[in-house]
Amino acid sequence: MTASTHFQILIEKNQAKLSARRKVTNAAMLALTGLMTLLALVPLFWIVGYVIYKGGQYINLDFFINLPRPLGMEGGGVRHAIEGTLVITALAAVFAVPPGILAAFYAARYPNTPLGIALRFSTDVLSGVPSIVIGLFAYAIIVKPMGNYSALAGGLAMAFLMLPTIIRTTEEMIKLVPHNLREGSLALGAAEWKTSISVLFPAALNGIVTGFLLALARAAGETAPLLFTALGNERYDIRTIINNGIAQKQGVFQILGRIVDQPADSLPLTLWKYAQMPYPERVAQSWAVALVLMILVLLVNIFARLWVESRKRRLQG
Amino acid sequence: MKPNPLNIFLKRVREASQHGDIPWQVILILFSIIVMALALAIGWTLWRESAAARTTFGWNFLLPTSDPNWDPVNDNFKAWPFIYGTLLTSISAMLLALPVSLGIAIFLAELCPEWLKLPLNWLIELLAAIPSVVYGLWGIFVFVPLVVSPIADALFTGLGGLPLVGGLFAGPVPANGASRLAAAFILTIMITPTITAVSRDVLQAIPGSQREAAMALGSTKWESIWQVLLPYGLSGILGAVILGLGRALGETMAVTMVIGNSIEGSASLLRPGYTMASIIANEFAEAVSMLHSQVLTEVGLILFFMTLILNCIARLLVWQVARRTPQEART
Repeated sequence: MTASTHFQILIEKNQAKLSARRKVTNAAMLALTGLMTLLALVPLFWIVGYVIYKGGQYINLDFFINLPRPLGMEGGGVRHAIEGTLVITALAAVFAVPPGILAAFYAARYPNTPLGIALRFSTDVLSGVPSIVIGLFAYAIIVKPMGNYSALAGGLAMAFLMLPTIIRTTEEMIKLVPHNLREGSLALGAAEWKTSISVLFPAALNGIVTGFLLALARAAGETAPLLFTALGNERYDIRTIINNGIAQKQGVFQILGRIVDQPADSLPLTLWKYAQMPYPERVAQSWAVALVLMILVLLVNIFARLWVESRKRRLQG
Repeated sequence: MKPNPLNIFLKRVREASQHGDIPWQVILILFSIIVMALALAIGWTLWRESAAARTTFGWNFLLPTSDPNWDPVNDNFKAWPFIYGTLLTSISAMLLALPVSLGIAIFLAELCPEWLKLPLNWLIELLAAIPSVVYGLWGIFVFVPLVVSPIADALFTGLGGLPLVGGLFAGPVPANGASRLAAAFILTIMITPTITAVSRDVLQAIPGSQREAAMALGSTKWESIWQVLLPYGLSGILGAVILGLGRALGETMAVTMVIGNSIEGSASLLRPGYTMASIIANEFAEAVSMLHSQVLTEVGLILFFMTLILNCIARLLVWQVARRTPQEART
């Protein structure tokens, strides 16, 4: 055997080893990425499953229609929190939707003007602001000057939180509307505003509504901005406020004013407070609240995404 | 006859707004400016509301210190324990979430069969949609006792005695498991969807020619991912990580529920602590003095600036990839 063939064999052996090693690494690492994906799904199914299991045990009709009982007593519900959540999210929607949609029209129509770039940048900034900081801001501009915690302040804090989501989804949906619709409308002699309102807006409406629902679901699950704006109020009871108002012959606006101008509770806020209490029945109720919140959020998310997907497919042909 | 300047002006206005476009634009611009002003107003309001705290304590408020001084009754405050708690939990969470998120992003962008893509994307996004308080509740009663406590014990016995990193794993491990480690783990779960979504988008934005070139040179799938795609999208992935870090810094409720809320000088990951967001959540509504609430507002201001800077860096990095890609794809 000559030296050169010996050398050749060594090289071939080495190559075979190397290629085997590369193949093994390839398979191992690719499998690892799949494993990571499974790993991330574990907490999702664990949380959802456990909350359904625990919350399902304590949920009943009383839970939805009664006010809380005094501490340490069985029974009672979280009607105050459900009403509070409704009031706060409704206020948030009123404050956030009109400016959000109008700003989104600007961002979609003039994305490359200085103002458009600045707008998108500040939307990014807003969406990155921690929710607790939004709470501090709402406290400083509403609670402090008005002198009391209120559902109004909570609703405004939620509106600030929803605004970036609404702007971004609306902008995307307007951009998805086919150009020929716009051009057709303009060619028919409709002005820019007329085109925006009666062509672009209806065409994008479904998407805008889903974006709004997603933002609303996110806001309904937020606690941090409400801690020192809505504060929490176990006696928040809209029916009593309305009945008292009617008995005292107050106008509609006065009654509405009293509904929004006092501290209110919300579901996540209640969950947070109950979870830290030493009373087992309150902790049990916090699981039920978690279940309600989670079902709400999951349903909205799933439906919104289904809707957006089908919408996208239709618009893109 | 000389035309009246007012009439000329009115005529101009009428001409300009003939089709109603000018008023419409004015409305759009107005609301855009309101949205922009909001971002500025947040910073400015926090700045103004923390004026007394800033003048009283100056920069000393932020400097690292070993004495955990937080005494609302005597108006004596130091923010370092919270800054440290926030940084420690967020950075640990980021380091833990990075490999997992990157793995998922690679799987979703490169390997996943088409029919599985949409459902998997949804599931990962659902993880981000679960309310923070629900994470916290699950954390206190399920995750921390079952998962975090055993890991904390193992870390304490394994690493607690080491010379350099020992301080980070010093005990005693609290009985209920509420610790900075628990917060870091919960944060890991919460920021994984963010990092995953952005790095997946970055990977998908890389032109196919890069993959084909790597394959043509004889690389395996993994080599093409590890040696070609990841370096190509590196700045975007870095942006994703920073975006995740920003989310972790501001996360409040879940962290407050599992971190144990105690102010102490210990640097250990296994001890209970506080973060900037959780001290605000716990004390602001019951602030005992004007200075106390101002100090908490200042903590919020620092948090605002931290997330602002991180977000700007992250957006720039992600933009860079997005902007560079189409041109190179064309050539």
